[in-house]
Amino acid sequence: MIVPTMADMIAQGKQPEVLFWVGAAGSYDDRAKKISRAFVKILHQAKVDFAVLGIEETSTGDAAKRAGNEFLFQMQAMMNIEVLNGYEVKKIVTCDPHSFNTLKNEYPSLGGKYEVYHHTQFIQNLISEGRLNIDDTTLKGKRVTFHDPCYLGRANEVYESPRDLIRRLGVNLTEMKRHKETALCCGAGGAQMFKDAEPGNKEVNVLRTEDALKTKPNIIATGCPYCNTMMTDGIKFKEKEAEVVVKDIAELIAEANNL
Amino acid sequence: MQYLPNIFFIIVLIAGIGFFVMNVKKLSRNIKLGKDVDRTDRKSERLKNMMMIALGQSKMVKRPFSGFLHIIVYVGFIIINIEVLEIIIDGIFGTHRIFLGVLGNAFYGFLIGTFEVLAALVFIAVVIFWLRRNVSNIKRFLSKEMKGWPKNDGNYILYFEMVLMTLFLVMNATDPTFQQAGIGNPISQFVAPLFNGFSPDTIHAIERTAWWIHILGILVFLNYLYYSKHLHILLAFPNTYFANLNPKGQFNNLESVTNEVKLMMDPDADPYTMPEEGAEETVPEKFGASDVTDLNWVQLLNSYTCTECGRCTSSCPANLTGKKLSPRKIMMDTRDRLEEVGRNIDANNGVFVDDNKQLLNDYISPEELWACTSCNACVEECPVNIDPLSIIMDMRRYLVMEQSAAPQELNMMMTNVENNGAPWQYNQQDRLNWANEE
Repeated sequence: MIVPTMADMIAQGKQPEVLFWVGAAGSYDDRAKKISRAFVKILHQAKVDFAVLGIEETSTGDAAKRAGNEFLFQMQAMMNIEVLNGYEVKKIVTCDPHSFNTLKNEYPSLGGKYEVYHHTQFIQNLISEGRLNIDDTTLKGKRVTFHDPCYLGRANEVYESPRDLIRRLGVNLTEMKRHKETALCCGAGGAQMFKDAEPGNKEVNVLRTEDALKTKPNIIATGCPYCNTMMTDGIKFKEKEAEVVVKDIAELIAEANNL
Repeated sequence: MQYLPNIFFIIVLIAGIGFFVMNVKKLSRNIKLGKDVDRTDRKSERLKNMMMIALGQSKMVKRPFSGFLHIIVYVGFIIINIEVLEIIIDGIFGTHRIFLGVLGNAFYGFLIGTFEVLAALVFIAVVIFWLRRNVSNIKRFLSKEMKGWPKNDGNYILYFEMVLMTLFLVMNATDPTFQQAGIGNPISQFVAPLFNGFSPDTIHAIERTAWWIHILGILVFLNYLYYSKHLHILLAFPNTYFANLNPKGQFNNLESVTNEVKLMMDPDADPYTMPEEGAEETVPEKFGASDVTDLNWVQLLNSYTCTECGRCTSSCPANLTGKKLSPRKIMMDTRDRLEEVGRNIDANNGVFVDDNKQLLNDYISPEELWACTSCNACVEECPVNIDPLSIIMDMRRYLVMEQSAAPQELNMMMTNVENNGAPWQYNQQDRLNWANEE
């Protein structure tokens, strides 16, 4: 798979249209890597001139910040900003709502001002610019429910872009009772992904999976690698792997377009 | 002698309002114990929020049933205050229903008639509220933090309103001239027959008693506010005005940290420099919050505004899955501790004397703080834009940056971010391997 880096691009004297911020999950987590690859396939199909930072990318510091370590966050932020500004990056797209939120909202006052898009917004733009079409026959008739990632939804009020893309797949979108503003968290945010939960009577991801299963879906769609992990674990816990799959919207589009 | 009631009324009125003003001063002093935060920008947006959310109750109706009942009580409360104005003027000058002469029969009748209908509706709504709190098993009213005073406080407010509305209707029902005029008594005309057979003197005495208890009740209620969750009827307005306008996912970047990080990353900085001779040694700022005085004034205003409705807690993923965290409790604890600090200052001639207590540990445990997923559900839910999440984050910052007291797994995560640029232990050189794995 051809994934150009900024370093290559600059060496050839080129400035790509957009930087794809892969994020730690998208780079290292086996499940999330599939999302990164699906998104790259879409970028290639739409002939988007993009690049990644590759080994020059490092954690945005989001998880450290939510854990309370403002020092580590700002150190990471300033290192990243130095690299991004060095490459004169203007536009960034990412599949991770946490990176999206941090780059878009928390980097500007530290000197990193970019146009930042979540991949669902970016793909939506590609469609409206006529650069990409979604085949609405491949997945036709499937029941899909969408789990709103907190850092995309409530945190940044992006509710429609993912839903618009799902509708374009020709599937049957069924909402959970708690959705959009009232969506329940998957349980991974605020650095919970990296620790055990405090004592309680249930895991948050199990409760959210139960919400989703009530819609009797074939597919639980989401737009965040961490939500993906949590919902996938929830499906395993409920022993529903045979009937329900958890997919990122980028994966669904890649599948629909036979990429 | 005939002016005795007027004089008594004026004294009571001045005392009631004076005591209230004193408490408002205390309230404002306590809120100003918070750190500065600039909320003077984007004035029109702030005004719009206040009009929509506080005045227009736009977030209340997201839960339609309780929202609708709340609007009845709210509208009733505001409109019936016009009647209170008449009562105050009558009380001071010894007049009786002064607006009747001023406004004329028809308009006065329309006004009082409207108030009577509202009073009856408020009464019904308040009874339903009481049933919801005490009979229905609504989980958010049964949480641990709602035992004792918070539960009683909620009920006292409802009793107050029931009594005030009843007195208003009784007062109208026992006013024979008002009843005979037959204007503005759509409800009290059904209450009036209860007093048939009483002598005119007795009826007059009942009317006067109802009138007096009504106005005294209002003054007592006004002064009850400061001690109650009911402060929200006033503070909802400044609270929505000064609320955060940035995207909910945007957490503030600590400036004190920025300065230190810049210094650390500056290749020209000399690590061995000493402060210049005579230069004042600046005490390094405390990172994060361990007590109420480390929070900003908007967070403290939030705590006084909270009416403990529990919509936040009922939407919190941690609370829904049985964890100790309750965003409502975070707000209640903040207010309780702030009140304690305020009383300490009052008792020590205006200076806070260390009491070996703080918000962290004595009120809010680290277990509660670490259960938060930072999902913003509580912030989204709050009908008056309170932000419990910002307090949780500031306290986490204290735990991590001042005490290095993060859970072990998070320390490992942070070490990985520091060393490998990712929360997991992977080699930075492998960061692009995903591209070639298919």
